[in-house]
Amino acid sequence: MNMRGSLAGQIGYALVALVAVALAATVKTDGYVANILMQAATYAIAVFGLSIVLGLCGQINLAQAAFFAVGAYAVALGTVDYRLPFWLCLIFGMGVAFAAGALLGLSTLRLGGHYLAMVTISFQQILTVVLINAIRFTHGPDGVSSIGRPPGFESSQSFLALAVAAMAISGYLVWRLAHSRLGRAMRAVRDNELAASAAGVDVFRVKWVAFALCALLGGLGGGLFAGGFSYISPDQFAFSDSIVLMTMALLGGVASPVGSALGTGLLILIPEWLRFLKSVPGLYLAIYGAAVVLIVIFMPDGVWGFIGRRFARRPRARSSTAEPLVLGPADSGSDVALEVRGLAKYFGGLKAVDGVDFRVRRGEVHALIGPNGSGKTTTLNVVTGLYRATRGGISVDGVDITGLPAHKRTIAGLARTFQNIRLFRSMSALENVVIGAEREGNALVAGGPDAVLRRARSALAFVGLEERLHETIPSFSYGHQRLIEIARALAANPTVLLLDEPAAGLNTSEKKALHVLLDRIAAQGLTILIIDHDMTLIAGVAKHLTVLNFGRRIADGSTAEVLREPDVVAAYLGAS
Amino acid sequence: MELFVQLLFTGVGIGAVYALVALGFVLIFRATSVVNFAQGEFSMVAAYLMVVFAVDLGLPYWVAFLISIAGMALLGAVFNLLVYYPLRNRGYLPVLISTIGASIFLSNSVLALYGPQPQVLPGWFDTPGFQVGPIYLDSQYLVILAVTLALVLFQYWLFEHTLLGKKLQATSQDKEMASLLGIPVALMIMFTFIYSAVLGGIAGILVAPVLFVSIQMGSNIALKAFAATIIGGFGDVAGAILGGFAIGIIETFGAAYISVPFKDAFAFIVLIVFLALKPQGIFGERVSEKA
Repeated sequence: MNMRGSLAGQIGYALVALVAVALAATVKTDGYVANILMQAATYAIAVFGLSIVLGLCGQINLAQAAFFAVGAYAVALGTVDYRLPFWLCLIFGMGVAFAAGALLGLSTLRLGGHYLAMVTISFQQILTVVLINAIRFTHGPDGVSSIGRPPGFESSQSFLALAVAAMAISGYLVWRLAHSRLGRAMRAVRDNELAASAAGVDVFRVKWVAFALCALLGGLGGGLFAGGFSYISPDQFAFSDSIVLMTMALLGGVASPVGSALGTGLLILIPEWLRFLKSVPGLYLAIYGAAVVLIVIFMPDGVWGFIGRRFARRPRARSSTAEPLVLGPADSGSDVALEVRGLAKYFGGLKAVDGVDFRVRRGEVHALIGPNGSGKTTTLNVVTGLYRATRGGISVDGVDITGLPAHKRTIAGLARTFQNIRLFRSMSALENVVIGAEREGNALVAGGPDAVLRRARSALAFVGLEERLHETIPSFSYGHQRLIEIARALAANPTVLLLDEPAAGLNTSEKKALHVLLDRIAAQGLTILIIDHDMTLIAGVAKHLTVLNFGRRIADGSTAEVLREPDVVAAYLGAS
Repeated sequence: MELFVQLLFTGVGIGAVYALVALGFVLIFRATSVVNFAQGEFSMVAAYLMVVFAVDLGLPYWVAFLISIAGMALLGAVFNLLVYYPLRNRGYLPVLISTIGASIFLSNSVLALYGPQPQVLPGWFDTPGFQVGPIYLDSQYLVILAVTLALVLFQYWLFEHTLLGKKLQATSQDKEMASLLGIPVALMIMFTFIYSAVLGGIAGILVAPVLFVSIQMGSNIALKAFAATIIGGFGDVAGAILGGFAIGIIETFGAAYISVPFKDAFAFIVLIVFLALKPQGIFGERVSEKA
């Protein structure tokens, strides 16, 4: 996140990469060592891909060897059978891998991870069957030999230098990706999909892009592998090789490209040292399998994560004072900021919300109250798009949003907090709020990444947490986590802020502080829809109440009036 | 027509095996919300145990069967303790990867111990089969169908009519609530793993005489059984059974009428089509998360 702070790291990386390429280009090695290095460099590129999908985005890909094969066969068949230039074949292979990854992602990413595991395995198996059996096209089990290399890189030495350079560049891109907007969105999806979509992240798009990028790197690695070894065959790209690639990513540490490279190196070298194990068929892979289980159990962050934790430095918050937070909600001029018309949500036979109407006036604090099970949170979930409405309509600032998915509603101007806090737990407070500030359509961050960062700092300062912005979420108390969630919503500069039981679980002094905070937000003219059970808080902040019971509206009006209505008293205190 | 009926019989028979393994998937998925990618290795290990006891040691078939099943129960328990239990609070991805690791470990340990040569396990009965009109009924396929039917009925009785079954269902629906009610959740999950290992084991022993006993048999069966669970609607017992039969029939007919070398690809192609068009499966998985 601290972009200037990592400049030294970037220069260091560039130096190491240059030295590595220079060594690969000049140091004479025997064929055996050269082969190991070639394998390590090309595998590492494919493993970087996995660090995007598995590490950043938290999705599984059990077909990386298949994408590797796509790149390898594109180069092999292209240069041998069709006499095409190496570069053209390589780019074509990467393109096909990218498209295949995107397609697989599109077909399944809407569903849970186990589907993705299965579909990627299916792709892997189908490809293997095709490579072996479509002999006229793929040369079958015999494989393809005398694969071409590009002009200028005909010698093994120069091609190795090319592969190392490609590895260094892809490693750099993957490393920087983690700190880009897309990378942050991927991590948000990994940590909490619901919160990510509520913060305006298009979860589905982020996932398929992650998947396609992973496949693309697989294709690149495979293409270079084919050129490096000049011979390939289907058995080099089997399901077990996908597992090997995934193990490399896990062993090194899936969260960083350095870890991925480390894991790749280790898992290529260790088997070479343990060659004697290969004399008993199966023994070597059995150890491999056991290692996977042990790594997952005892080193969840891999070797690099394990080392990293020993030397972890907490980045210091720079002492620049944050600018005051400006809330400039969009304003079409109409009097109503949020309108809910005849909204209904049925779960099977259960009518959780059954024809509710209310209008939240611009600049007003509007509370939605009612006994437990009256449909308040369901209403909020339908309004923010987590549930699809059975009937009825919702408009924000005069724009109908009833048919939009959750992230589009956020882009349209809604921002919410959750009853049970939903933050991105592996990320810092600042990163959490940056994701909010990055909302598409946030007019106040037009100045690019710096403006986003400044706004996120302002939002954290607004809730009083600017001193701790680099700490990760688990180190904050429950009450502070609530505040970070509110800061994330405010940073998005929404038209309407929706708060789902913000006082739940807070102690008395925290509730008072929350009350003051809400008053400060309201004083800036932001429209708020709040749900809570704490009537002192509600009576103190809300100007207008809508009361629900059994999924229907039983009262609506100014706070003072509504609290006197006999129906409301009966619903809350029981009819006498 | 004769060919059609003959293929249908074979397809249903092989489908029954997929159905049994798919049941194991579904039960573990319902209890733990994770997919056990080593489910197929249970079938493979059980088949090898049968080869050891019935062929190598020459024990009577039913004795070897009982010993193998006991071995599978033990394997299920150990598997639960070593592969699942340490990761139970860490989300689905670590567990999934851990089961993949276990699967590689199991298949290659057997390879290291027994070598790559496929083994032959004789069928349950000496009679190879009967000719009924134009149709040949292989006795092992009849055994497969009978045992599958019995197991499905047993499972129905277990889950719907016993206290243990109710506890298992409670565990699969809401672990926290179940444990608050005094149900020993860890024990229920342990039982689920044991039961699934036994189911997978029986499937492996039943299908072994039809196929060869090989290291790859586990993953071949498991991948198709997994496809069956998705086609049936993930987490649905009836769906898993129907899905198993569907995959068995599709692949048998695909091999006969379209292409033998591509036989193993049909199940996956159908699966991907299914996922693209009707991802909830025939019966539908209830996918929802509470905000």
